[in-house]
Amino acid sequence: MSAKQAKKGKEAKKAKKEKDDGLLRFTINGQAVQAREGWTVLETARQHGIHIPTLCFHPAVQPIGSCRLCVVEIQKNGRSQVVASCITPVQENVQVLTHSEEVENVRRWVLEMLLANCPASRQIRELAKAHGVTSTRFKVEHPEDACPRCGLCVRACDEVVGVRGISLGNRGIFKEVTAPYHQKSKDCIKCGTCLYVCPTGAMEHLFPQVSAL
Amino acid sequence: MMGDAMAQISIARKLEDFRLPNIEALASYRESILAERDPNRTVIIVCHGTGCIANGSPKVAGALRKSIAAAGLTAKVIPEIKTTGCHGFCSRGPLVILQPSGLFYQKVKEGDAEEIVKTTLLEGKPIERLLYADPRTGELIPHDHEIPFYKYQHRIVLRNIGKIDPADIRDTIAAGGYQALALALTSMTPDEVIAAVEDAGLRGRGGAGFPTGRKWRLAVENARKNPGPVYVVGNGDEGDPGAFMDRTLMEGDPHAVLEGMLLGAYALGASQGYIYVRMEYPLAVRHLSIAIEQARALGLLGKTILGSGFNFDIQINRGAGAFVCGEETALIASLEGRVGEPVPRPPYPAERGLWGRPTIINNVETWGTVPQIIEKGAKWYANIGVPHSTGTKIFSLVGKVNNVGLVEVPMGITLGRIVEEIGGGVPGQDRFKAVQTGGPSGGCIPYELKDTPVDFDSLTAVGAMMGSGGMIVMDQQDCMVDVARYFLRFLEEESCGKCLPCRLGLKSMLEFLDKFAQGQGSPQDIDDLHSLARAIMKGSLCALGGTSPNPVLTTIKYFKDEYLAHVVDHKCPGGVCKDLITYSIDPEICNGCGVCARTCPQGCISGERKKLHTIDPTACIRCGMCMDECPVGAVLVA
Repeated sequence: MSAKQAKKGKEAKKAKKEKDDGLLRFTINGQAVQAREGWTVLETARQHGIHIPTLCFHPAVQPIGSCRLCVVEIQKNGRSQVVASCITPVQENVQVLTHSEEVENVRRWVLEMLLANCPASRQIRELAKAHGVTSTRFKVEHPEDACPRCGLCVRACDEVVGVRGISLGNRGIFKEVTAPYHQKSKDCIKCGTCLYVCPTGAMEHLFPQVSAL
Repeated sequence: MMGDAMAQISIARKLEDFRLPNIEALASYRESILAERDPNRTVIIVCHGTGCIANGSPKVAGALRKSIAAAGLTAKVIPEIKTTGCHGFCSRGPLVILQPSGLFYQKVKEGDAEEIVKTTLLEGKPIERLLYADPRTGELIPHDHEIPFYKYQHRIVLRNIGKIDPADIRDTIAAGGYQALALALTSMTPDEVIAAVEDAGLRGRGGAGFPTGRKWRLAVENARKNPGPVYVVGNGDEGDPGAFMDRTLMEGDPHAVLEGMLLGAYALGASQGYIYVRMEYPLAVRHLSIAIEQARALGLLGKTILGSGFNFDIQINRGAGAFVCGEETALIASLEGRVGEPVPRPPYPAERGLWGRPTIINNVETWGTVPQIIEKGAKWYANIGVPHSTGTKIFSLVGKVNNVGLVEVPMGITLGRIVEEIGGGVPGQDRFKAVQTGGPSGGCIPYELKDTPVDFDSLTAVGAMMGSGGMIVMDQQDCMVDVARYFLRFLEEESCGKCLPCRLGLKSMLEFLDKFAQGQGSPQDIDDLHSLARAIMKGSLCALGGTSPNPVLTTIKYFKDEYLAHVVDHKCPGGVCKDLITYSIDPEICNGCGVCARTCPQGCISGERKKLHTIDPTACIRCGMCMDECPVGAVLVA
């Protein structure tokens, strides 16, 4: 057996072992990472200490991919796709880029639009600043608004508390956090979970409008 | 409409005695229907598509019945009056066609009935004033198959529409309906049905063009891995402005959709199907309901269909009008009683669809195509069209075009041929400016690209898309900035608001366009809008948001000079954007008739009789009514 063959055999053995341990291997920003089947790209990145910004994500509730700040570029077989990392399951042998130009372009525009639509939120201003977005060219129609309508409060009330005291009403640009029929919710137990999970501080203003207590 | 409700029920009741116990019974039933019919008997077809109904075709049919009764014809020669689905040539409605001769009368009024009976039926002479005249040559064309609008079409899905009464299953069976089902049940395995759809190269007609056979195969594989109930769904939630392909199919030949779904259910092993139709299509809902009722009565739906071991039934679900519910995951959410919002794919419905089970969801036009593939063979179908986009596609041809209506053409035909040969060109102009294909989130294709073949991949390559088949023709009087604004406004209203790039992005793109329409902004803003559009395209959750920037991206790509005219020169070349135009009267042409002054709602046009009139620009609201009404074309806009 030549040295070359021996090396090849060793490599094959190593590859087989890797396959058997049930881990999926791919790269994030060139760094080799491993993940269990069923993990999301975001979970894997956080596990490896790689930062991806999020707004509507909270580990205690199901992700829905609403804010799109966690977008990443996934390259596979020469094709590239921009996806929300919080809802995208990991795949083997792909390259994930968390800060490519295409990805940053999405984030910057989302943040600039959020500055105009949630002008009252300190958290959004800080997040935007971290991405170099300090002002917005879009119209500020409601200076007191801080809510991005990500529905994290609604999901937490349902999934964590199990109360369903609040909901998202209406659709599109008229979407709002409200209680059924715009009546203050009598189901609310005033536990404060929504206040705690709200990523923008909006719930502090909204809470008295949706809770009957 | 199609006879009263009681008559429909009585047809269904009568059919109950005829529940077809096996395949042979279907064949003999068909023979008995055909034997009852005299091929030489005159049949007067009165189009009862939605367009013709709105133009008064039920009154025409009523008047024809009365006139025939009054003419005292003997029992043997009494012509049959048949009300059918849409013939497609909607701009010429109401349409009346006499069979077997094929004599084609257009724009028929109630008052014409008596003359049709007297001159055409009794004396055998055509009525010239009701014939179709070629808009270019003025030549009269008496028969439907000679009219360019029909001549260049290739009707596969629409083949029965306009010939059969959709509310009478006997007509469908006489025309060959349910033959593909009989063939599949007797001589094809479910796998062979899927193979036929795969080999035919059929791609989904709902917009994205996913290979239908592959979708079915995936669903079957997932069902095998994960045994339990599976479903088929017909997507009839057509919502694009100016599109009416699905509507016409569901109204005019509902059994084609049912038969397609039966074949899909047979392939997948499903026993329950759903058709999701928008409530704004009352006639489609009605005809589908009647069709399902009659098919059940004959044993073509329900338990042990045609004596085989195959059970399948279909339920209709009515959509409440949300555009986004045409997106398959939102549609499934709506079917399950949840808020109609899309969820990210994968998993695709073929893996986890309705109630979390493998589901085949196809557009109704796709379903309507399947029976033809099974009956005539995959090879026959694959030979129509072009290699990667086989078969035919229905388009609704609307906008600034002479022949507005529904056309079915082989894939790969050029855009120019559709607009110019079938559509008869643009009224009063020798060329179109652009064609918007693919609905509100499609793209504007300029005249320079008129030789683009109309197939899935070529349209995507020029930045537009096939979509469900809307085709809006625009002329020199259309402003491309305004066109992009129009479609964005529609999408802004229809966005579900779940993801930020779509909910805020549409609003923000509109802010840019509103600025341009007022002559504000800079060339840098156009580039910024382009960058924002790209962010929305890449960042959105579903196809509604992902394709919503297409009107912006294509109009910037092909008509950037028009954007620059707005922001740099503060001019609207199309004469549409109100802040950038002024109306004036050409002193050379004005004859002082005073029509403009009487029409002006502002009263800001003055002038003495037979002398030059002038418009006061400070009071003018730029409504353009003077321009529309001026008999000599003296009103100018710049």
